[in-house]
Amino acid sequence: MIERTPLLNIVTHVILVAGALLLIIPIWLAFVAATLTVAEVNSPNVHYLPGGELWNNLTAAWTRAEFGVKFMNSMIVAIAVVIGKVIISAISAFSIVFFNYRLRMVFFWVIFITLMLPLEVRIVPTYSVAANALYPFQTILDATGISWLIAQIAGVELSLEWNMLNSYTGLILPLVATATGTFLYRQFFLTIPDELVEAAKMDGSGPFRFFIEVLLPLSRTNIAALATIMFVYAWNQYLWPLLIITDRANYSTVVMELRRLIPGPDAIADWNVAMAGTLIVMLPPLLVVVLMQRWFVRGLISTEK
Amino acid sequence: MADINIRKVEKFYGKNQVVHGVDLDIRNGEFIVILGPSGCGKSTLLRMIAGLEEISAGEIAIENTVVNKLEPRERGCAMVFQNYALYPHMTVAQNIGYALKVGGMRKAERMQKVEATAKSLGLDQLLDRKPAQLSGGQRQRVAMGRAIVREPKVFLFDEPLSNLDAKLRVQMRLEIRRLHRALKATSVFVTHDQVEAMSLADRLVVMNGGRIEQVGTPEEVYHAPASVYVGGFIGSPAMNFLPCGVSEDGTFAVIDNTQFRLPIDPGMGKTIAGQSVIVGLRPEDLKIVPEANDPHLLTVAFDFSEEQGSGRLMHGRLAGRDFVLHSAGRNHPAPGTPCSLSIAPESVHLFDPTTEKRVVAEGNPAAEPAAISQPDFAGAIQ
Repeated sequence: MIERTPLLNIVTHVILVAGALLLIIPIWLAFVAATLTVAEVNSPNVHYLPGGELWNNLTAAWTRAEFGVKFMNSMIVAIAVVIGKVIISAISAFSIVFFNYRLRMVFFWVIFITLMLPLEVRIVPTYSVAANALYPFQTILDATGISWLIAQIAGVELSLEWNMLNSYTGLILPLVATATGTFLYRQFFLTIPDELVEAAKMDGSGPFRFFIEVLLPLSRTNIAALATIMFVYAWNQYLWPLLIITDRANYSTVVMELRRLIPGPDAIADWNVAMAGTLIVMLPPLLVVVLMQRWFVRGLISTEK
Repeated sequence: MADINIRKVEKFYGKNQVVHGVDLDIRNGEFIVILGPSGCGKSTLLRMIAGLEEISAGEIAIENTVVNKLEPRERGCAMVFQNYALYPHMTVAQNIGYALKVGGMRKAERMQKVEATAKSLGLDQLLDRKPAQLSGGQRQRVAMGRAIVREPKVFLFDEPLSNLDAKLRVQMRLEIRRLHRALKATSVFVTHDQVEAMSLADRLVVMNGGRIEQVGTPEEVYHAPASVYVGGFIGSPAMNFLPCGVSEDGTFAVIDNTQFRLPIDPGMGKTIAGQSVIVGLRPEDLKIVPEANDPHLLTVAFDFSEEQGSGRLMHGRLAGRDFVLHSAGRNHPAPGTPCSLSIAPESVHLFDPTTEKRVVAEGNPAAEPAAISQPDFAGAIQ
């Protein structure tokens, strides 16, 4: 659209700059705070220009929060969620879009409903499943009397248990099992022309080959977009890890540990170290977004011809 | 190379029947064109041969093997799609070679075949390009290459030329014809374009409403249309249809509500003497007779005309219906002047007014289109 509206152009630019400042200023202030000494950060007048203490604050934050192990944990969780999510949503969308079977729409709606029930809403049942993933099966077996039967015949009390608390599995699986990615893929797969599927059939390609050799290469940008979103999502998880990780020495994540850097009411108010810790924690998702952004945008617009 | 035998094939989508008991025998190496308006079931029939649609009833045999339950890849057919359906992420070479790769051919051998095929289609400079970087005609060629490289028993074409511009379409049409001459593989080509159909076909199959109306060579279909539908569908502009009564001696037909007489082939007279018929007259078979004084000679005043370059289409009204004449050459009657028209008896097509089928002389099977007289096609004539 080409229009000559100089006044409107100025107004839109003012709004744009105001919006950009609104987003950048808090981050800038956090960065500045991370470069100051304790005294400077607590002085009444706000500093707008960085000081020289950045490196010291970073190392202080790193050692105090024991980021070494925690960074590893966060990385493992975020990457595993990304991989698991990309695979499971591609496969489930492939099944829903390209195959015709009974109850297809039922499965579709079951997946759809999980969109309306994010982890935070169903956190109690999810926790109970994480505590014993086989609990629902146990209930079924008990209710149908099968466990009683087994107890009578074999003389063994049947008790199934799979505890996922304090484990990577527990951190990862509940984040993988959501519908967002499935939908992203479904929308993309629906744009694949039928003729392409038929051409592959005529060429003798079975469903598995078609999936690997045609669908996946075509959905590269989708994969990138989903991976970016899921990495940031998994990295930023706070509530769920807090709930299921009690063994903080081995399994806690950086976002959980960030909490420890926030000064308490009785301690020294070293916000400079807390802000330095924030910078460290922010870095990996920031890098991922910056590196993937070109693909990310294309994947969401999804009109590659 | 293979025969295709289609026996009483039907197709239902739910309760909606789109193909009604089609019987058709396609001979080895033949180029068959299925022609019909959109929605007549022609593409469905092709897709049933390919294995992309299930066959609701009846059977299809390729090389004497019933293929109803076979997967597309087991039928030995290659297909060229209307929108080409090239894999967007693969290069031209990969597109052409994909079927061979799936078939497990070794890379060196595969590349050799791909290159040979590309060369024969003039694509050898474009092997590393992606489909997005190709023009419509080049994409069409890649789609053809993908079919040719497999050396299939049967080629299936689903309106492959309809996305090309007029000039390219004519060129590709010739190329397909040349290709068929070289490969001699059985080919089935679906189109709604009658010019394309006439120029490509060894035999034409005209379909309407899920049924076969006529099977025959392009000449047969044009010169002896089996029904009012075929007569009206083949030929442009369409045939003029006029209800007539045949004289008692069977020598001429009188157009209803007029005194105009049309000559009738002497061989036909006995069969239809005294009956009412529908007469079909092709606009290009009518000749303007200068200064005729016979009151029984067909006379029409034309209101307006369309210039065609090679001649002019004259539009008028006769017995309450639109009437079209193709006036060849450069001298055309002025609008509004009554013109007397003559026509050869063999160009007067006679149809039964109730069944709308062509009236065939009794005891003269030769007059019947050859393909229809075969018992195989009996089911096609309802």
